[in-house]
Amino acid sequence: MDSVIEALPKFWDGFTTTLFLAVVSGVLSLVFGTILATFRVSPLKSLRIVGATLVEIGRNTPLTLVFIFFVFILPSMGYILPLGRVPAIIALTVYTSAFVCEAVRSGINSVNVGQAEAARAIGLGSNQTLSLVVLPQALRTVVPPLINVLIALTKNTSVAAGFAVVELTATGRGLARDYPPDVIWMLLGVAFFYLVITIPSGTLAGYIERKVVFSR
Amino acid sequence: MSGSVLYDAPGPRTRRIERIASIVVGLLLVALLVWVIKGMIDRGLFDARWEVFTDPPKGQTAADVWRSLVVIGLGATLRAAVLAAPLAFVLALVLAVLRTSKVRLVSGLATAVIELLRGVPVLLMMLFGLLAFGLTAYEAVVLGLVLYNAAIVAEIIRAGLAALPKGQLEAGTAVGLTRWQTLRIVQLPQVLRLMLPSLISQFVVLLKDSSLGFIVGYPELLRTMQLNYSFFGDQYRFPLFVVTLALYLGVNFALTRVAIIVDRRLAARGQKPEQLEINTEIAIPTNPGRTSV
Amino acid sequence: MRRRSTGLVALAAVAALTLSACGDDGETTTEPADVEAADFPEGSTMAELADAGSITIGTKFDQPLFGLVGPDGNPVGFDVEIGKLIAAELGIAEDGINWVETVSANRETFIKEGQVDIVVATYTINDERKQEVDFAGPYYVAGQSLLVRTDETEINGPDDLAGKKVCSVDGSTPAGNIEQNYPDAELVTFGAYTDCLDPLRNGQVDAVSTDNVILAGYVAESPEDFQIVGDLFTEEPYGIGLTKGDDDFRTFINDTLEAAYEDGRWATAWEATAGEVLDTPEPAAVDRY
Repeated sequence: MDSVIEALPKFWDGFTTTLFLAVVSGVLSLVFGTILATFRVSPLKSLRIVGATLVEIGRNTPLTLVFIFFVFILPSMGYILPLGRVPAIIALTVYTSAFVCEAVRSGINSVNVGQAEAARAIGLGSNQTLSLVVLPQALRTVVPPLINVLIALTKNTSVAAGFAVVELTATGRGLARDYPPDVIWMLLGVAFFYLVITIPSGTLAGYIERKVVFSR
Repeated sequence: MSGSVLYDAPGPRTRRIERIASIVVGLLLVALLVWVIKGMIDRGLFDARWEVFTDPPKGQTAADVWRSLVVIGLGATLRAAVLAAPLAFVLALVLAVLRTSKVRLVSGLATAVIELLRGVPVLLMMLFGLLAFGLTAYEAVVLGLVLYNAAIVAEIIRAGLAALPKGQLEAGTAVGLTRWQTLRIVQLPQVLRLMLPSLISQFVVLLKDSSLGFIVGYPELLRTMQLNYSFFGDQYRFPLFVVTLALYLGVNFALTRVAIIVDRRLAARGQKPEQLEINTEIAIPTNPGRTSV
Repeated sequence: MRRRSTGLVALAAVAALTLSACGDDGETTTEPADVEAADFPEGSTMAELADAGSITIGTKFDQPLFGLVGPDGNPVGFDVEIGKLIAAELGIAEDGINWVETVSANRETFIKEGQVDIVVATYTINDERKQEVDFAGPYYVAGQSLLVRTDETEINGPDDLAGKKVCSVDGSTPAGNIEQNYPDAELVTFGAYTDCLDPLRNGQVDAVSTDNVILAGYVAESPEDFQIVGDLFTEEPYGIGLTKGDDDFRTFINDTLEAAYEDGRWATAWEATAGEVLDTPEPAAVDRY
């Protein structure tokens, strides 16, 4: 138990790295996922095909393979990235964007067509229809699943442990090596720090979800 | 895109413009793809290293390589997934039922367990099994998959129960069934049928998660790929990666197709009324589990 | 017996790794000794294993020269040969050996939980591990060293690593050593040493650090890309891990090793595997603590 206290600074380093990965790739995934979603609802068929292809590949490929692609395969194609956080953020972003895209798209689709028709009937232009009627409704349905996507992303940052990033899980594994008798405590410490992020986020998602259901 | 909330139905002129724009964008994308592939050819990624699948070096036969990937590697992946899936399902069912309990302590405990399992990465659970409980790599992988997916599936079942019209429960009570009987005879059968597509896509997630086994030394598909290039040399990583990716995509696409077909069947048989669908959309808008590894 | 013959072919092929001649017979025939369970003290681990006719040995599956498994599933390398030697002394044939992959992080756990009978996996003997398991041997003493690009001029030893990126494997002794003794170096870890090579070639890392024998294998494969620099900066006695407190078994393995040193089986095993890249060293003195 004492060794856990002794190792607290290391836990903290791992925790901040995990948080950094989660926040940066979270923001980037929201941006790219939304762009991808506009591809999927675009009037241009070729963009829709590209969007659908990327999303399907993203959702059916294990994250580990996405990591291998950006850490090892891309350099062998001549695109060399620095090791560590950069390819990890790219891999997490590419993977998570597919899920963000699906959440946003189902949000847009959940808005009844009648809503847009009604908006036009009372004389709103297409920009006004989108910003005043469609988006506010879509956003409400999109937020809870998006938070779930971001929670999953936080947990997925652990995969970076296998690819040259010392985040929480890698820290735990290193500590398990340095203090063999305290393996269980070290891993429980790691679990605790993940829960510090995921449980409050989950509670928030649940809260928003309930509000949305009632306001319908 | 007729029926979209975002656009008016396009007229003939817009349709023409859209078609031309679509073709131009399509051509640009094809050009980009060709350029990337040409770059790969120039770097020799399609050279003799692909012979690892036809005439591998170091005294191995092509059959050995294929057998190691498809039979041993993919086999180990499927073995972990096929054992973990039913176990996760049973545990999920137990957790979901306990969660509906009228006894505060029981439902509270079930909720806490689900939240804990949902909040911790699968990889960490596998490491727990491997390092803290001293399980074999196989057992550790299965343990991680079972615990994590049980929590997700329990949530799916809960969402399904919430989506079921309240009348079902009331009808059950009205004909004199106990709460447990109502759950077992009336509610759960409907929920499971309703949730079958979600459950199948959760199986895809579970299958993908099994690839984390490579970090704990379980010789599944990804680890087999790694052992193969450790043996042959790292220039063989690219062809081995491409084939491994194709195997994963092949299996997962097939499963996803099954989920879609089941979904349509249910809709066609009227097992999934429109009104219910909207409710489940809200309750589990993208199927939370689908977003895991 | 087909399995066995392909194993020999693979072995010979690996032996021929650096030699152009392919007809080289690097085969090591470790015939099981003519012993029976009754030859061992009753209730001893040796008697149990000999009685069962099978043994489970943990080794690395991705370590060139020491423990490497090809697609045909047969492990090859020096550790594997040492494992076969011990099995043979127990009267267990090669097909009675059940090979299990151990990664750096799980070796003690596997021994403690009885998932393997012994571990022969470039397993460094040290005091922390001795609290958890016991070691026979050492059967070889390696030392940590540095692999750099052939055009590297700045790194000549571990003291030049400050501010440099050094690649090693998750949870391994070399990684821990760099972390503790050379904190100014930036440690980068992957799941396998093979994964460190491309980054080194591409300049994403500046050095790869692990035991000299492992690095020698990579230099042998790509002499135009890589070189080893500096002296060995640690001593890594490779031992055979077994259950803590099983002193009879430990003595038996130590006796086996010493016998193999004497009659040349140890040297034959070396020459057929790691010896293709490295000179045959003097056997390490067994430490009967």
